[in-house]
Order: sequence, then structure tokens, then C-alpha cells
Amino acid sequence: MQVSFLDRLFDAGLLIDTGVDGLYGRSGQFEDVISAFERLIDRTGGADGAEAIRFPPGMNRANFETSGYMKSFPQLAGTIHSFCGCELDHVSLLKCMEEGGDWTKTQEATDIVLTPAACYPLYPVVARRGAVKDEGQLYDLQSYCFRHEPSKDPARQQLFRMREYVFMGPEPEVMAFRQRWMDRGTDMMKSVGLPVEIDVANDPFFGRAGRLLVNNQRDQNLKFELLIPITSVEKPTACMSFNYHQDQFGLKWGLHFKNGEPVHTACVGFGLERIALALFHTHGLDVKEWPDGVRETLWG
Amino acid sequence: MNTTIRELLSKLGNLPVAVDQLADDADLYTAGLSSFASVQLMLGLEDAFDIEFPDNLLNRKSFASIAAIEATVEQIIAGRKVA
Repeated sequence: MQVSFLDRLFDAGLLIDTGVDGLYGRSGQFEDVISAFERLIDRTGGADGAEAIRFPPGMNRANFETSGYMKSFPQLAGTIHSFCGCELDHVSLLKCMEEGGDWTKTQEATDIVLTPAACYPLYPVVARRGAVKDEGQLYDLQSYCFRHEPSKDPARQQLFRMREYVFMGPEPEVMAFRQRWMDRGTDMMKSVGLPVEIDVANDPFFGRAGRLLVNNQRDQNLKFELLIPITSVEKPTACMSFNYHQDQFGLKWGLHFKNGEPVHTACVGFGLERIALALFHTHGLDVKEWPDGVRETLWG
Repeated sequence: MNTTIRELLSKLGNLPVAVDQLADDADLYTAGLSSFASVQLMLGLEDAFDIEFPDNLLNRKSFASIAAIEATVEQIIAGRKVA
């Protein structure tokens, strides 16, 4: 069933096969749907006055190390390696490639790691700027993100875009921010004819020790997801997530108020490809055939 | 067992307070035990007592206090003897 939806997307030219599962080109039509949905996000959250920042899809490796991502999700991370050798090494490299050997072994780590979530590069940047305002600060981010999880499920891509709002401030305002976006997200999806439910969720923490982190996260209601059926009705796909980090990031990155107290943080993420796929799955692969109300909401 | 647990907590718990200042029933999360420190502590307990935490005990309650950890470890050891 999953394969068939992917094949239909290929056949319709909406996604373009590259020969690697989870790594696809997008057609102009597919991008137009994402752009239209992003404008809907802008209309919904634009008046909140977020500072917009766009990072490229790579982040500072030192910051990535500080983030602790490798403690939780080593299986998903992607690092960027390059050839750093001399001319003689280059000869060996080409010889190795010609012989079909593993030429990647001699590649060396660069200072860049692929961004695992749009907000990861933000925290150290804000921390460098000094104390956070007492009433809190709001950011608007969007980036391609990488997760190493090859799959034939078109809703589980290895390189995909995440639009995020991040709020850092006092705990009650942070909780209110997250709740506000759960309500807004539900309304937005309804306005484009998508069936939604919101449920408590967890991140895919690695290994058996990760079970403890999963249970901790669920017990404390730290993560919620907005779910929409794409490739399965029984297991709908998370198209938005609403994450409360308590003061963990405040402490980790030295994000604090003027009085030195650590800030609380939360982020709300839209999985842009997943939302586009949910629209194509629900309303059909030809956008001209989509219900008038949906087209009106997206394109005016 | 209590002493071993306190030693592990002191080594792996990364707490901002001294472990010998904590009562057996003191809330370890309030005392500053983080999720990651509780993972380290769990692995340390498994090693020290030669046990394996089953999925149903991998939760916050199991590590909520020194007394809770002791009860959890005892429960796992008792289960192992029965098996």
C-alpha cells in the first residue's frame, strides 16, 4: 500500500525518484502546494511578531555535539565528510574507486553536520546574543532536515523540510504558546479538509535505554503530535509536533533571563512534505480537482 | 543495597546536591535528576546488581527516590529468583 502511493506520486511526476529511498525530487506542482501551505502558516502566525531566521541545512558540528543528539538519536544523524588528503592520497582514492573498493573510509569529518531539526542551530545563536527578554522571544524557522531512515513510505523521507516556531520564555507563556498552536494547527488542517487527531507522542530514542526516555517523555506529556492518515488509517502520520523542553535547553545552551534563571522553551514543527502528501492523499493527485474550499484557502 | 545505590547516584546522577543530604524518600527529580542521568543510573544499577530492567519498570516512578530505586531493584532480583 505504501509502495503504491509512492509509485502513484512518481507516476504523476509529483515526486521524482533518485534511486535512493527517501531522497526525492519535487515537481513545481508539489512545491506550489508547500508554498501555499506556508503562506497559510504565515497568515496564522504572522501577527505574533516572530523573528524569522533561515539556516542552511547544515549546522556547526561543535553545536551538534553539545546538543546531545548522539545520546538520543545516533541512528538518525548525518555527518558531512570530505576528502582532505594530498595528491598522493587522491591517486589512492581514484584507484580505490576504480576497483570498486570503499573509498569513503578515507573521508574526514568536516565542521558541518546535517541539521536534524530546524531549530537545532537556533539555540546557540540566541544564547550568544545575551539575556532573553522577560516576556520571552519567538522565532520562525524553516530548513531542510536530514534523518537517516531510508523507507518506501513517501511520508518518511531522509531529506525534508520543517517549518518551526520556537518560543523561549517563562514556563506559563511557553505552555500557552504550545497549546495555542495545537488549537491553531487543528483549525488549519480542518480548513484544508484534512482529518486530524492530536495525541501524546515520543521521539525515537535509540536502544533499550531509550525506552526509559520514551516513557519519561510520555509520562510528562512533553510531546504531542497532530496526526493525519496518509499511508495508513490505523497508523496516521505525524504532520505537526508540539514539543515542550522544560528548562533543558535553557540550561544546556545557557539561555537565561536577565536575573540568570534559565528560560523554558517549546517548539512547534510543521512537516511540510507530509502535509503536502496528506493533501494529495486526501484530495487526489490533481490539484485542479481539489474541493473549491480547500483551493480557496490555499490559493485565494 | 542502599549504600550501593547511593554510591551510583553520587557517581552517575549528576545532582547539584550531595547524595548523603538526601532522605531515602526525597524526590530525585526535584533534586535535579535529569532523564539522561537516570539512563546512566539505570545502566549502572544493571551492572552493579547484574540485573536487566524489564520494559514495564523503565519509567520515572522506578527512579523517583532512593527508596523507589531500592524497591525496583529488589523486585527485579525477586523476579529473577522465581524465574
